[in-house]
Amino acid sequence: MTDNPKGWKPGARRKAKIDALAQAAGQVQDAGTVADTPGVSLIASAWRRLRRDRVFLIGLTITVLFLLVALFAPLLAPHDPTARLLLDKVRPQSNPIPGPEPGFPLGADNVGRDLLSRLIVGSRQTLLVCVFATLFSLIGGLILGTLAGAFGGWIDSVVMRFVDIMLSIPSLLLAFSVAAMAARPSQWTVILAISIAYLPIFARLLRGSMLAQRHSDHVLAARALGVKQAPIIFRHMLPNSLGPVIVQATLVLATAVIDAAALSFLGLGNPDDRQPEWGQMLGAAQKYIYDYPHLAFYPAACIILVAFGFTLMGESLREALDPKSRR
Amino acid sequence: MTTRAYAADTRSGQALLSVRDLSVVFQRHGEQPFAAVDGVSFEVRPGQTVGLVGESGSGKSVTSLAIMGLLPARGNRVTGVADFDGTDLLKLSSGDMRDRRGKDLGMIFQDPLSSLNPVVPIGVQVTEVLERHKGMSRKAAMPKAREMLDKVGIPDPDRRLKDYPHQLSGGMRQRALIAMALACEPRVLIADEPTTALDVTIQAQILQLLGDLVRDSGTALIMITHDLGVVAGLCDEVNVMYGGRIVERGLRHDLFAAPRHPYTHGLLGSIPRLDGQRGEPLIPIPGSVADNLPWDHACAFAPRCFQPIDVCRSQTPGFVEDGASALRCHNPVGSPHGHTAQPDHAEVNDQ
Repeated sequence: MTDNPKGWKPGARRKAKIDALAQAAGQVQDAGTVADTPGVSLIASAWRRLRRDRVFLIGLTITVLFLLVALFAPLLAPHDPTARLLLDKVRPQSNPIPGPEPGFPLGADNVGRDLLSRLIVGSRQTLLVCVFATLFSLIGGLILGTLAGAFGGWIDSVVMRFVDIMLSIPSLLLAFSVAAMAARPSQWTVILAISIAYLPIFARLLRGSMLAQRHSDHVLAARALGVKQAPIIFRHMLPNSLGPVIVQATLVLATAVIDAAALSFLGLGNPDDRQPEWGQMLGAAQKYIYDYPHLAFYPAACIILVAFGFTLMGESLREALDPKSRR
Repeated sequence: MTTRAYAADTRSGQALLSVRDLSVVFQRHGEQPFAAVDGVSFEVRPGQTVGLVGESGSGKSVTSLAIMGLLPARGNRVTGVADFDGTDLLKLSSGDMRDRRGKDLGMIFQDPLSSLNPVVPIGVQVTEVLERHKGMSRKAAMPKAREMLDKVGIPDPDRRLKDYPHQLSGGMRQRALIAMALACEPRVLIADEPTTALDVTIQAQILQLLGDLVRDSGTALIMITHDLGVVAGLCDEVNVMYGGRIVERGLRHDLFAAPRHPYTHGLLGSIPRLDGQRGEPLIPIPGSVADNLPWDHACAFAPRCFQPIDVCRSQTPGFVEDGASALRCHNPVGSPHGHTAQPDHAEVNDQ
């Protein structure tokens, strides 16, 4: 017994081992008490984890602020975003675009409209476009993905080849093409363009997890109980396949903000500048970028901040729902 | 003799489910067809428990899935007859078969966690079966679901109805699955390794529960397992499967007392026994199912057999039935050709 120079105490090592085990068991129990309340779904336990995630909270704060600003924009905006209140200060040469002054904290744009009000009201367009674009692409993707994943066979092949063709076109390019086809561009053509561009991603993602569910034990068990096709698809397969799709939706919200801005910037969005939109403001500020960079800076910062918020939220949601990263 | 009397008892009465010459051939495009199940026949009577025993790959699970009509629609060919009370289940349309599953035929699976839908509370999963087959509303089915959970020994059923599967222990999950399978009082219950994923103490409880339920309700139970301990505790009749065919059949008592097929003999020799000598080594069966010969011109088990004779590699052994027992072997244990170097564990005591 050379490995025990202090003298052999019978059972000492075993005692230590048991103590360690007991300690470990105690820890497990501590963690277990939270999960032991009745009726805690996986979503509820994911939320419990998210509440402690700082990254998620930052993303959530940004998103909630953005939502509040967009919803209450008419109340928050200090001035009418379409009124050329400072037009008399937009003079031909010396100081064509007014900077900040009392009542106008960010100054005005090139035709004398209050910049802050335009930014605040512009958030509504962004919210509208990104929410509806994500929603439409999500719905389309869910329909195609469910069709392909639930039935398999030739339906799967036809749907997925179609989706593959769409995926082979870069999404922004696809969105440009769709938006450019519209006779009269408006925010709805932007929404349509972005939803078509992101639809194949959702379809593919859902189809993959539906296929995995189709061969899962609990679906087999449900079939062994004689459960019909429709409840198998909508109660047993779809809810279990939605995790990755929900995560992707929050990430698409972020890219939809950026894509919407890109389309508007290039003049494919709503041309009516009485309805302010960040991308469109960015486009208009282009001419003055050397002399008045702040005109471009503010809308760009808004776009980045909102996209950043959505991305943070989506990424931590992905981590929380990923069974591999579950602790 | 008590065994014979017992035999007469369980062999009397009408068979509820009678499987005859069931074969399942898997064939993928451009590949050699593979017979996972090859002419399997057995019967179950109400209240009887029949075991299908064999190692992984012997075709026991495929047999059960074929009876339940749960094999994938493509890539396989199922032939034979599964006569359930006068109807051939294998000839039913998929819609008719779906109406029977859960109502006439129940099934319990191996892994209770993955066999429950993780996003639906237990109560909803139990009521789903009742809604489907008894036309009950969910509200009307809830008390019945509660009663079922109570019946399978889940404590505090009111609370458990609202719980999600991940909040239940392994044993409780398997009990919940049994409750779902038995909710509509099926006449045949197929249990596919129901205790494999549970720890030993829970295994005994679940087996006890299954035994009680079968005895009380007169359900015919088909027990699929690789665990001879389960067979010894529960089954009236045992079918030992190897390479997709039944190689030995016998009443539990006879089979354990005097296994005749070398494979059965080997299975019994590879589990530890309480009455064995301390330090006595277990005798594993050498090789794996990958070594099988095709049944066409040989005995599939011949390469792993401890007493093969020449004819084992050249001729398919026939299935010789003799009353309650049946055997598919050229050279059974204890026959005149018998090898002298047998492992010494032929005399198995009463379980």
